[in-house]
Amino acid sequence: MYNYSDFDEAFVRARAAQFRAQVERRLDGSLTEDEFRPLRLMNGLYLQLHAYMLRVAIPYGTLRADQMRQLAMIAERWDKGYGHFTTRQNIQFNWPKLTDVPDIIDALADVQMHAIQTSGNCIRNVTADHFAGAAADEVADPRPVAELIRQWSSDHAEFQFLPRKFKIAITGAAADRAVIRAHDIGLQIVRQDGEIGFKVLVGGGLGRTPMLGQVIRDFLPQADLLPYLEAVVSTYNLLGRRDNKYKARIKITVFENGIEAFRAATEEEFARIRPQFTGVDQALLAGIAAQFAPPAFVAKPVDFYEKSLAVDPLFAAWAGQNLTAHKRADHAIVTISIKAHGQTPGDASADQMRLMADLAERYGYGELRISHEQNVILPHVARADLPSVHAELLRAGLATANVGLLSDIIACPGMDYCALATARSIPVAQELATHFQALGLEQEIGALKIKISGCINACGHHHVGHIGILGLDRAGVENYQITLGGDGTETAAIGERAGPGFAYDEVVPAIERILRAYLDLRADRQETFLQAYRRLGAQPFKTALYGEGARDAA
Amino acid sequence: MSRKFTPKVVTANDLRAGDVIYLTAAGQWSRNHSEAELLEDEAIAELRLLSAMGQGDRVVGPYLAEAKAGPNGPEPVHFREAFRTRGPSNYAHGKQEVAHV
Repeated sequence: MYNYSDFDEAFVRARAAQFRAQVERRLDGSLTEDEFRPLRLMNGLYLQLHAYMLRVAIPYGTLRADQMRQLAMIAERWDKGYGHFTTRQNIQFNWPKLTDVPDIIDALADVQMHAIQTSGNCIRNVTADHFAGAAADEVADPRPVAELIRQWSSDHAEFQFLPRKFKIAITGAAADRAVIRAHDIGLQIVRQDGEIGFKVLVGGGLGRTPMLGQVIRDFLPQADLLPYLEAVVSTYNLLGRRDNKYKARIKITVFENGIEAFRAATEEEFARIRPQFTGVDQALLAGIAAQFAPPAFVAKPVDFYEKSLAVDPLFAAWAGQNLTAHKRADHAIVTISIKAHGQTPGDASADQMRLMADLAERYGYGELRISHEQNVILPHVARADLPSVHAELLRAGLATANVGLLSDIIACPGMDYCALATARSIPVAQELATHFQALGLEQEIGALKIKISGCINACGHHHVGHIGILGLDRAGVENYQITLGGDGTETAAIGERAGPGFAYDEVVPAIERILRAYLDLRADRQETFLQAYRRLGAQPFKTALYGEGARDAA
Repeated sequence: MSRKFTPKVVTANDLRAGDVIYLTAAGQWSRNHSEAELLEDEAIAELRLLSAMGQGDRVVGPYLAEAKAGPNGPEPVHFREAFRTRGPSNYAHGKQEVAHV
């Protein structure tokens, strides 16, 4: 895993010291809020509904055990004993006091972490496949490239005042676990004639105008990556609209100019700047890649694991749901669900963070990942150790076997925390999970992604949920729109709005009607909700929601 | 024709702690919505807001929020403001956690 260079260390420490001085000047009245706001946002500090919120970057979702322990310490010492993992692989602390934030930033720097560029109109934390470096289906580990992009984009002089925020995601596999099609730039590592390169997508994004990214380059050689990214962002920086905040994202720039014109402008800029990249970046990348060398895997016999599967049904159920194939047959990728039924999706207590850090150290070569689906991953665990890992998770309330099922819900903080929200998200997620658990239908329903956003900005990715829920304020009352058929993977699709919204206490029954219709209509148990929706179309589900007159109502 | 003025309170966030505060009739800041001054006159409401905006060394983002008279003092009208008087619904954190003085 990546270790800070002297440059990184000096840069992060300098920014921490600058921010400490900025906070002091705010507190002594030298800076007004208007002057201070952009400075605090550059350092990830928001003012939310009830308190400040500090958003800390977890670059490409990768964490070391000591870093996770430090997050636990921060949660306990300066917050309320927990942290919230987000859909962009960040962690948010919901209750810091402004006066404590400089100390928190220092504590982060102590473990090579920061909150820089987690807000503002700049290139944000680069996200990646949370199974990177471990997945069996991967062409290459995307994290070295993600780290290169982090270094390139950090404090990039040309890109500190973009028209709007800018998000990049990268995956090393054809299976898209990083939602690259819903990012401003999506990168997929591909191999062509033995050479590693990238398929490059631009102009994806959710929010009030959801769009899927379009391919701007089918194959970009690895050495061209930074100049090409620079060309894309430069083109956007010049062409992007600054007159209207809602039309300022690159998706609108690409849409209004057309992908052909945007590509032509990008290629022209690329040709101009390519000679300036003389290979320093590739030397840097080689050094970074060496740091991401796989751990020294220890081969262990799998007999005990197989025996446990046969005799321990609880373990077998968890293994069946929460494990993913590792590139080594004697290892597995463990997804720790931090979505026990009724809990807040993405929240982990300090005790849970410490336990996960301990498990990573004892059984997982010290590595952890945060997924955009708001779970925690142990990317490399020997199958022989899985029964022990499961037993410890069970004791800590972290062994919920629901990954990929109904209760594995993405939910943004919504109006329980967020100043932008128009309705709550978290309690809807909590009630959906407990309701279907009580009905005993979760396993029967099978693979399902429900995603909930508490406003049009779509942090909860509702457009790409198989069932999406969007909370709005309709004349002073919470109202929830349902979208159907969204998909955030390599077969991405934007969900279709089902019809008129539902009041807060009508949402769970509405989702139940949709899912009972699915159970009635599916071809067999193997046909997932999304497959059934694609086969049948929206109409039977609209009928389930609104009755026979649905065609008119919707 | 301008819309009829409806009663308001001045609310903001505390600069240091970040929590929700309300302007009282005595010109002090309270953490309790029911202690806010209910402003029924538009001109006075604007004056109180101006005064709050002049206290940028103590408060952040003051604004006028809809409120109505209740048996124990002003009550919020919109659900967003109601949440701000309590805290989040997933944990007993924020104002509902501790009885503020």
